[in-house]
This record gives sequence, C-alpha cells and structure tokens, in this order.
Amino acid sequence: MTLTYSYFPGCSSEATGKAYDISTRAVCDKLDIELKELPDWNCCGSTSYFSIRELESFGVSARNLAIAQEVGGMDLVATCSACYTILAKTNRYFAEDPVLHETINEALEAAGRTYDGNVNVRHILDVIVNDLGCETVAEKVTRRMTKLRVAPYYGCQATRPKGTFDDPEFPTSLDHLLEAVGAEPIYYPVKTKCCGGMLMMTQEDAALRLCHELLKCAQDNGADVIVTTCPLCEMNVEAYQKMVNKAYGTSFNIPVMYFTQLLGYALGVDSKALALQMQIVPVENVLAKVPA
Amino acid sequence: MADEKIAVYFCDCGTNIAGKVDVDEVVKWAAEQPNVTVAREYKYMCSDPGQDLIKTDIKELGVTRVVVAACSPTMHEPTFRKAAADGGLNPFLLQMANVREHCSWVTEDPVEATEKAKRILSAQIHRLPFNEALQPIEVPVNPDVMVVGAGIAGIEAALKLADAGKKVFVVERDPSIGGHMAMFDKTFPTLDCSACILTPKMSALGKHPNITLMAYSEVTEVSGYVGNFKVKVRKKARYVDTDKCTGCAACTEACVVQKVRSEFDVGLGYRPAIYIPFPQAVPLKATIDPAKCLTLSKGKCAKQSCVPACGPGAIDFGQQDEQVELDVGAIIMATGFELFDCKREARYGYGRLANVITSLEFERLSNASGPTGGHIVMKNGEAPKSVAILHCVGSRDENYQEFCSRVCCMYSLKFAHLIKEHLPETEVYELYIDMRAYGKGYEEFYKRLMDEGVHFIRGRAAEVSDVAIAPEEEGRLVVKAEDTLLGIMRRLPVDMVILSAGLSPRRDAKEVAQTFGFGCSANGFYLERHPKLEPASTMTDGVFLAGACQYPKDIPDAVAQAGAAAAGALTFVNNPTVKVEPTISYIDPEKCSGCHICVGLCPHAAIQFNAEKEVAEVIEAACKGCGVCVAACGSNVPQQRGYLDKQIFAEIEGALAL
Amino acid sequence: MVELETTQGVKTLHKIFLEDVYSIPGGEKIRLCQQCGTCSGSCPTAYLMDYSPREVIAAFRAGMLDRVLKSNTIWLCTSCYSCTVRCPAGIKVTDIMYELKRLAIKYKSWPSSSKNPAMSKIFIDHVHRFGRSYEAGVIGQFVLTQKPSLAWKFKGLGTKLFLSGRMPLLPKSIKGKDEFHKIIDLLATKEVSQ
Repeated sequence: MTLTYSYFPGCSSEATGKAYDISTRAVCDKLDIELKELPDWNCCGSTSYFSIRELESFGVSARNLAIAQEVGGMDLVATCSACYTILAKTNRYFAEDPVLHETINEALEAAGRTYDGNVNVRHILDVIVNDLGCETVAEKVTRRMTKLRVAPYYGCQATRPKGTFDDPEFPTSLDHLLEAVGAEPIYYPVKTKCCGGMLMMTQEDAALRLCHELLKCAQDNGADVIVTTCPLCEMNVEAYQKMVNKAYGTSFNIPVMYFTQLLGYALGVDSKALALQMQIVPVENVLAKVPA
Repeated sequence: MADEKIAVYFCDCGTNIAGKVDVDEVVKWAAEQPNVTVAREYKYMCSDPGQDLIKTDIKELGVTRVVVAACSPTMHEPTFRKAAADGGLNPFLLQMANVREHCSWVTEDPVEATEKAKRILSAQIHRLPFNEALQPIEVPVNPDVMVVGAGIAGIEAALKLADAGKKVFVVERDPSIGGHMAMFDKTFPTLDCSACILTPKMSALGKHPNITLMAYSEVTEVSGYVGNFKVKVRKKARYVDTDKCTGCAACTEACVVQKVRSEFDVGLGYRPAIYIPFPQAVPLKATIDPAKCLTLSKGKCAKQSCVPACGPGAIDFGQQDEQVELDVGAIIMATGFELFDCKREARYGYGRLANVITSLEFERLSNASGPTGGHIVMKNGEAPKSVAILHCVGSRDENYQEFCSRVCCMYSLKFAHLIKEHLPETEVYELYIDMRAYGKGYEEFYKRLMDEGVHFIRGRAAEVSDVAIAPEEEGRLVVKAEDTLLGIMRRLPVDMVILSAGLSPRRDAKEVAQTFGFGCSANGFYLERHPKLEPASTMTDGVFLAGACQYPKDIPDAVAQAGAAAAGALTFVNNPTVKVEPTISYIDPEKCSGCHICVGLCPHAAIQFNAEKEVAEVIEAACKGCGVCVAACGSNVPQQRGYLDKQIFAEIEGALAL
Repeated sequence: MVELETTQGVKTLHKIFLEDVYSIPGGEKIRLCQQCGTCSGSCPTAYLMDYSPREVIAAFRAGMLDRVLKSNTIWLCTSCYSCTVRCPAGIKVTDIMYELKRLAIKYKSWPSSSKNPAMSKIFIDHVHRFGRSYEAGVIGQFVLTQKPSLAWKFKGLGTKLFLSGRMPLLPKSIKGKDEFHKIIDLLATKEVSQ
C-alpha cells in the first residue's frame, strides 16, 4: 500500500539543508511513500517571525495549511523539525482559540483561501516509524549497518513542546529506526538538548558551548556518526566543529548526517543520490564500516 | 384536602432576604392565598423564638400544614421539620420555600425578586395539601464493623472499635499488617523508630479478642446498606496451613528459590519464594508466592525442601482460596496510598541512572533491618560523599499531580538528618520550592536540620544528568537547578539523588470505591462527605475513611482520622436501629408489570425483583430517593414518597398561578 | 539602580503589557507561577542571561519593565521548549518570551549587546520579499550590517558551503506573492503589538 503525503520541504531544503530534501525524497522513493510537494509553499515563518509579529506569523504559516487543505486528503509532512513545530503550533492554536481562527481566516479569505483546521501536520520521522513501521523498513534494508555506532540526535523541536509522536525528554523512535537498519544507537542522554539554533549567528559562544556538549557526549560514547532530524541542528553540529575545537581545545571530527541519508544508504541508495558529498565533515569512514 | 390550615412564615434573614424582597407585600399577599390560615414575618426564623412561632401556631391555631419561606432546605429543613414535630405536626407536612439562594441572592431587581418570591411561595402553598404524613423507617443494625486495610490508620480504627467492645473484622491484602509505616526507618519529627512504635499496635491487634484478622485477603463484593452490609471476602491461599505454622521461618531458609525481589524492600533486596515479609509480621505466618514457587508455577521442584524443613508439616500445595461472607453494620476504608511512579519523570533519571532512588527505597537503605543492614550505600557498595534530595517529585505539577503531597518536605528533612547521622562527613543538599513544616514540632525540626549543616537550595531541580562538563562531575550525577534565592544556575555534582516522590492514590482506588459504593475526588483519592466538617465519612451512610486513602497525610493525622472514623462507625453500630429517610420510592405491586427496567437502572442497587410475585420491590433502607426509577418506568408506577406526581404538578401550577 | 516602577507612565505601560501577555492563548497562566526555577534550570542559555527566565517573569508581574526589556534574557531564548514542557504550572514560557520579544521591538527597547532583533528583522524582510527565506541573503545582510567580523570567521565555512551546493547565491521566490502580501497586510492592521 502506498502512503501519500503533502510534502513541505522548508526553506533550508533549498540551501543548507539541501541534502535533507534530496535524501528524504530518495528514501521515500525506496519505501513506497509518495511525497507530493505542496504547490507554491511559503516559508513557515520560523522562530524569527514569531519574535517580531504574532498574527502575521500565524498567517504566514496558515497559508501553507490552507494550500494543503485545498490539495486535500493527505497529511502534511515536514522534514525540518522547526517547520514541523511551527505548522503544528498554528494548527493547535487554531483549534484552541476561535478568535484567532476567525482573524486568520479573514486574512486567508482576502487571498482567496480558507482553512478549517483539518490538516494533520506530521514529522518525517513519525511517518516512517509509525505509519510505515520499522519492520517494513528492516525488510527493505540491503546494507545492514552492523558495526556502526550512531548517536541519534533528535534536537528540541521534533518532540517538544507537545511530544505528539514521541517522548519530549527521551524519545526512542529514531533509536528504533536505527536498530531496524542494523545500526547500534549509542547511549546518548543529550539526544534532545538544544544545539543553539540561530544563536550560532548572533551569539556564537552560547551555541558553541551547546554543540561542544553534544559532540563530547557523542565521542565519549563511541559514536561513529551523529544523525539529526533538523537542518539547523545538522548545520550547527557539523559545520562548526572546527570553531568548537578552537574554542575548547578539542579535536572533534565526527561525521554528521541527516537520518534520511543514513537510512537511504541502508536501503541501497548510492551516496551521490543521498547528497553525501555535501557533508562538511567527510563521511567516507562511516560508509566504509558498512558492507557494500 | 380543601380544609387544610396552612401557616406561612416569611423569614427576613436579616437583610439577606428583606433587603431585596418586599416582605410586607408578600406576606399580605400570602395571607389571601387558598388554605392559608396565618401568614407571619419574622427576622430570623431559624432562631428559637422563630421556631417557637411554628410550635405555638400548630398547638393554638390547629395548623395542619406549614411553609417556611427562607433559605435553602439544605440549611434548615431539618431544623424546621424538628420544630414542627415538637409542635405535634408530622415533619413531612412542612415544606420550605427557598426565597434566598433561589431568589433574593440571585435576582438584581427588587420588583422582580418580590414577584419571584411570591411564585416560589405559591408553588409550596399549592403543593402542601398533597403532602402525606410519612413515618421514618427504622432498620436493625448489625453491631460488627469491618476495617479494610491494616496500615497505621486501619490498625488504629480497629483497636479503638475493639476496645469499645465491638467485634471487628480486619481485611488486609498483604500477607502481614503494618502497611507503609512498617517499612519506614525513623519517623519525623520525634525520630521514633517506626517499627518500634508500630509493632506494639500490630501485636495488640493480632491478639485482641474482639478482632478477627484476615490477612492476605481481599474484599470481592459488597452489598446492602448502613447497618446491614454483606461483604464477600476472598481469603487467598498461602499454601501454608496457618493453624500449624508457627512462623519459625525454617522454610524460608530451605527454599531453593532465594532471589525474588522483595516487595517490602521495594525491590532493593531479595526474599525466597516462601517467605515471611518481615520479622515482626502479624500474623507471623509463611506465605508461598505462587508465581515464583517452582512447584506451584511450573509443577516441578525436585527438592521441595520447604516440606521437610517445616516441623509442624504446614506446607499445603493443594490449598485453595477460601470465600467467606460477613455481615457488618459499618465499614471503615483504610487502604492507604502508592508512591508516585518516578519513572514518569524521565528527566530525573530514575530507572536509567544508578543511584537515583525513591524515598521508600531510601527508607529501606537507612533501616537497620533493610537489605544493606542500615548502611546508606550506592549501588557499588560505597557510601556517598554527597546526596541531593529533590522535593516535589510528581507533586504540585500540572503535568502529573496538581496537589501538594504534604509529608514530603518533612520526610526529606528526616532523610537529611538520617544521612548526617549515618555519614557525618557527607554533604546533603535539599532542593525545595517551599518548606512546608506545618505540624507540631515541624518548624523546630526544620531549624534543627539547618543547624546540622544541610545545604538548603530554593529551586526545583530541572534535571539529573550523567553528562559531565567539568572534571569534578566525571562519573557522578549532576543535579541542575536554579538557586532562586541567589539567582544563579547551579550544577551540583553528587553521588546519590533521592527523589521525594509524592503520595498517589492506589491504582485501583476507583474500582474499590465503586465496589463499596462511594466515589473518588478529582485527584483520585476517596471522596469525603465534606472536606471540612466530615473528612472521615463518605456520602454513603455507614462507610468511613481513615488515613492516606482519603488524602496524603502524616501519621498523627492518620491516627486522628482513624479515631474519627471509628467514632463515626460507633454512631451507627452502638444503636440497635438506624432511621432511614422515608422519601423513598414505592412500587405498587398491583401496577408493576415486571419489566425489570428499574431494577438495572437503580444506582444504589435498591430494587430487587421478586420472582414469586413477578414484580419489582424497593429495598427501603437502601433507597436514596434519587428518582431514577420514577422517571424510567414506562408505566409511571414507582412513586417517590414526598415527591408524588400530584405534588410536583401542584407546585408547577402554583408557580404559574400568578 | 533606581527602578522606575512607581511612575504612572510605567504603571500604565505595565497594564498594557499584562493585557498583551494575557491575550496569547494560555497567557494568563503567568499568574500561577510559583517561582520554582524549573524553567531557568532547564534553559540551555540561562547561564548567560542577566536575569533568568524565572526572574523575568517575576519582574514582569511586578511591573519592572526595565529589567524585562533591557536584559538580554529574551533574546537568548532558542525556542527549545524545555521550560514549557517542564513548567509545573503549565505556563507556556517560550510563547511568553516571544511576546516579550514583540513588545521589545514595538517599544524599541533591547540591549545593544544583542544582535537577535536585527537578525529577526532581516529574516522577515526577506520572507516578505520572496515568500521564502533566502539564506545567503539573510546571512549576508546580517554579517555585513551587524557583525562584519563574522565574515572573516566564517569565510572558510561559507566557501565550503557554496562549493558543496549548500548556499545558492540566488533567491527563489514564490509565485503567489500578491496573495501572500494580502494576508500579511490585513493581519498587520490587526496586530496587537503593532
């Protein structure tokens, strides 16, 4: 049975998070999950929009939901955890606050759209683990990642604030998925700790300290690679390792990739099609550990 | 009926009614209503002179019906009905017209309020001619009492009742009585050894001639009503003949299965498959755990070494559960609490991080008869050099239990003291939000702990982590919290963390309450009749509450409440009969078609089907007069005395007559 | 440091601020804060804040708006939601931080040390223009106008990203820009913290 979803790629998927988009599409192709890109989707608003404007940010976010409703009949799935949380938040506030709902709909109507609140917003991790199931994934694995020790880094916004599909403090869906492809998820108690997000730009000492903790824990527990569910987390933990090393006198060189890249590799997709060449920290050692 | 002489009394209630309603106008109007002989106004009808008015008018004017327009019947119907009775009139020939809560207190406009008062009064004036002189129902009372649960509260209630000369049946689910108190080390604030003060009471209960103790037993069914409860008890099979067993414990040493996690030691220690829960157990009898005994669970224990070890030959693998049925006049519930499941607070690491323990686990570590012989040690057997005690785990928290669990601040202080006593060099940190030291000697105890050098940090712990970011944190537990008094973030590296978990209602509290015919509060504990004035009773006559099953409380309060529950039970069982309100349902056997509908609908199981006559019959003492059967019957057969259809219709007509 | 909390002007402003916070869904729960400190203890950046999240809530309720708006606290919030998940009073602390950010921008009051307000403004400018965030543009404009030193720091990384295709230099626009602007413009007129 083919599962079908409206797909919200998110702004990062066109830039720093490109590999997430490419690998997600490749993985869904292998798993018989059909992704229909949301036509003319706009930015979800991200945390920045909420910081400046409240109603507008709901409106910006809601346009996507209205388009999804028009397309109809499918859940809307996002890959970026921040996009997921913001779209889900808009949905929830619509349901809880009728005045807000009315106001936003007024604005949507000015644009010739409307939203009734009936679109389910999902995270790609949730879809793969809960709709498809780890067993189905395991059946399609062609490269079992048997010797690979993986740090499952969920980040903040996949399971917070609502913990809709997994526990807000110690989720396990990604761990199960990693086991399904034969890898060993390491003990990673910082799995939902913040990477610093946008602070890497505006106050990098704070973000570097947080990333240092994430990298150190991964290293101390023997991780070969860290997988993430969010483009911002991926950027922070991967691309700034040199800066972390400079600030803390460490020598981290841990490969980081999107969980869909690792999953895709296990499903037999070749590394180019998973955009693995886009990684800043080289991943050859990781791939070498896996039987071809 | 047309010859009734109705007396109308309109109460000013100070300014509560007279300040809004034009009383003069209403009284003048009332005097002209049909059947009204006299209409009077009085400032406070509930006062003695007010009541005297009623008595005098009955005697001198031959009044046959009375309506008192005043407050709510909940407040004073009993008062005025008693006055009528004292005056020689059947109390059920008096009605109240609620012109306060239903009128003067809730209507803004005085003109509207006056009009409404007239209508309310008119309704009662029209109804009264149809009132009947009902006689109260008296039922005999069984003088025996049952106490369910034998922790400190149940034990205290049982002893009080037994000393008062009553026969008491005590039903306890565990193999021994004693409850949670038997597990504690010392008790606050006196630091009495818990077992030392509890065991004399346990022993007294076990020996009391008036007490029949059924330990390792459960109540399966309760029927009946106050004074006449029928309780079915299942006495679980111990697979040991308790008449022969002397409690010598030889079997426990001989058993081949020695490593079953001990419930009494909260999983920290082990017991054999045949066991006595603790040395001071009452009754001092062995019990076989059927899930762990190789003979009982798998059918193969080659040695069965318990059998030869037992001198009196008490082992009996073929023993069956025993069902008994008991008749009692009152029941006291003392089923206690459970500790909040700390696994739910994942951020504190209970179950994931070694050396994060719960309060009950600490009691067992500290207790000299516990699994570590009273040595406070970590999982690796070493003594901790620093301990953090985290308050409010699972309590005062919208995400778990909203209520404050009352005893945790005090037991946390007690733990701090015990640690300092066992390990004087160990640093102790108490992380709290508020320090609730409300009881006698409690504030002084708190001061004592401050004096003992415990570090008090006002800040609720955010999490317990095993991820070190500084060298002194390596290999230790790190407690993260904001020290709110200093306004700084703190990372406390400690060796052990004690979670001061809250008290939760037992997981089967709802089912148990339903079995016994009462309800639970929103927070899951048993519901008391009135939170201030009747904390030891339930809404169900004859069923009382004692101890933590009603709400978390410390030992002094549990004991006090147990005394109150015992006294409450005595108010029923000390009398040969109990009066039951006659405003109950009556089913005319001539009219009943025997369709059974009302039988199943009765929420108090007060209707039984008479198979011989093929009609439904009301069990008078059990009927609470809720009216469900009256409404449900398709043939309109059940009538509620005091609320007959013609009375209700007359009220409606009276209200609309203006 | 003299607090201006007794002047009438600040009192009026305090009332307005309270109403604004109460107007966000669940905002009135701020009255239930026990000051337990769980939010601060959970916050990954609290150690850098002038006033912890808990203190900001206390200051806010007490009308000490100086502390609230001129501290770096609200701008260090990363929206990790740890506080919101753990708060025993059910307060949506993160959402309140957002509201305080909006109020700070509205009243043009933030510490000069914080670059976050500028970053957020640049971000939404780009979203306005293109309907999508244009990373190169956002980062580029931020670096040039706010933190030129970053240009040197990030030159290696920036180059790597560009060469690996993760930093396209040209923006992508949505087609429905007109309707997008209609939505924003209408809501702008209704914005509470305008």
